[in-house]
Amino acid sequence: MRDGFSFSRLPALNRLSPRAWGIVLILVLSSLPPLVGNYWTQVLGDIGIYVMLGIGLNVVVGFAGLLDLGYVAFYAIGAYAYALAASPQFGLHVPFWLMLPACVALAAGGGALLGIPVLRMRGDYLAIVTLGFGEIIRIVLNNLDPVTNGPRGLLRIDPPMLGDLAVNSPPRWYYMILAGILFSVFVADRLNNSRIGRAWVAMREDQDAAEVMGINILKYKLLAFTIGASFAGIGGAIFAARQGSIFPENFSLMVSINVLCLIIIGGMGSIPGVILGAAVLIGLPEFLREVQQYRMLAFGGLLVVMMIFRPTGFIPSTRRKMEFRE
Amino acid sequence: MAHLFSPDILLDQVINGLTIGGIYALIALGYTLVYGILFMINFAHGEIFMFGSFGGFAVLSLFVRSGFAQRHVALSIAAAFLAAMAVSSILGAVLERIAYRPLRNAPRLAPLISAIGASIFLQNVMMLMVKARMQVYPDVIEERYLDFGRFSISYFQIFIISGSIFLMVALYLFIQKTRIGKAMRAVAEDRDAAALMGINVDRIILITFVIGSALAGAAGVMVGIYYTQINHMMGFIPGIKAFTAAVLGGIGNVPGAMVGGFFLGLVEAFGVLIMPAQYKDVIAFGLLVLVLIFRPSGILGEVVSERA
Repeated sequence: MRDGFSFSRLPALNRLSPRAWGIVLILVLSSLPPLVGNYWTQVLGDIGIYVMLGIGLNVVVGFAGLLDLGYVAFYAIGAYAYALAASPQFGLHVPFWLMLPACVALAAGGGALLGIPVLRMRGDYLAIVTLGFGEIIRIVLNNLDPVTNGPRGLLRIDPPMLGDLAVNSPPRWYYMILAGILFSVFVADRLNNSRIGRAWVAMREDQDAAEVMGINILKYKLLAFTIGASFAGIGGAIFAARQGSIFPENFSLMVSINVLCLIIIGGMGSIPGVILGAAVLIGLPEFLREVQQYRMLAFGGLLVVMMIFRPTGFIPSTRRKMEFRE
Repeated sequence: MAHLFSPDILLDQVINGLTIGGIYALIALGYTLVYGILFMINFAHGEIFMFGSFGGFAVLSLFVRSGFAQRHVALSIAAAFLAAMAVSSILGAVLERIAYRPLRNAPRLAPLISAIGASIFLQNVMMLMVKARMQVYPDVIEERYLDFGRFSISYFQIFIISGSIFLMVALYLFIQKTRIGKAMRAVAEDRDAAALMGINVDRIILITFVIGSALAGAAGVMVGIYYTQINHMMGFIPGIKAFTAAVLGGIGNVPGAMVGGFFLGLVEAFGVLIMPAQYKDVIAFGLLVLVLIFRPSGILGEVVSERA
């Protein structure tokens, strides 16, 4: 029963190498917008943003084993940074491509600022402090009217320009988000298989043993935290530019919880898992409009059930699989 | 600004702080008891508190509609407290049994994530049951004040402060003087050794959840009576604040949770004098971060044996 869900057990899928799989997936995904129409292209874009957030949080939770519940804070930093620099709020219209690195830097800076004091803490303290941090950011956005325009939000945010082409329609956004995902997957995958990635795993499995082996725990935790935050910065900038208007309530705790759910359902530490998780959690409710109100109920219940029956997720990472088998 | 610090206002704020602090302390005890034994943050504790509040709400509403509450005020309130504590205790026990016990030997992240899931689940169960709007707590106690000239204290406040202190003293005596209390301390000290001494560890852990949850249920009714409005999200912020209180006092430390609760209540009450009210929640979070950086073992020190 437990193994019945595992996709990797279907024999036909196992014969393709991961690389071939990736190419097939990219080709299929690129051809989707004309086939599915604007509405579903929009939905796929929503899923795509969550994939990016999931990949980022996966670095923190999946690779390094740090439970960050305030991930939405970095997403908000990225979004507000771009929105403030490219909207009538201050009359600034900095180009998207110029702001993107700045958004990443600000989100990463926020991650470092929060990380330096809190990463020394025990794992469960980290969860609650990051949760509090996420709330603080939202409260500040809501009340700092002169800058953020409070609950009325920031409106008329500029779309990114590709030459003379404004990225302002669902298919254009779709390709842009797809490019963003490819970039994120590439970075996350390289990180995972690097010296840094191995250090994270060592740290996650046994912090004391890793430290004895010469891994600077604080440094690697901080690295995971800031890199994860950077992904959220990109996601935030894209979100702001795509929506055209942002409000503090876009950045509630529920965003952090959604992202956490999708990486847990997909499989902590597993990049294909994140993609599956986002597709299921963000996409499926679109098909099930009538039961929309039960969505969070199901998510919550699912977290408990997954932890008890399948803690490695539906597409487990090969490394993770070993850890949960005790 | 000078008028803000006149003795009358300061005294008023002391009373406000002690009132809300007593409530924080009651909730904080649940965190601390569970953490002391399982080294785990029961993220759903805020929701246990919320369910208790709704349990009391149901009973009080019923009594008000039937006219019983108007004739027997004290009896109705006692019944509301009992109902709330019963609802919370049962919920705490069910949670422990379903969501936490299977994960007792799993990696540390697993029970934490399970607890977050349980918390979201319970919020949404209540939302579907009562719809996402504020419920008005029936007011059965007349809003009256004891006037001391320079300051006044409402009957509610006296009731909440004394009630919370009473429950805390009862808990302390229970832990120190009874056999079960002794077993709880033994399990917190060393679970395996306790098991070898013939203590039924599973049962003690269940009892710990039940006691912590009952206190949260009582706090739920107090919040209902004091703030008069409740909804399905009411557990979130008090939950985090009570956790802050538990950490402030030293997690795992029972008297510490009490001290931490009152301390946090007072800090908040004075904080709103110098900060805009909408930043009130920021005070608790800021305090939590500061304590964890500078004095992670809390005011009275942790009572957690150092085992990973």
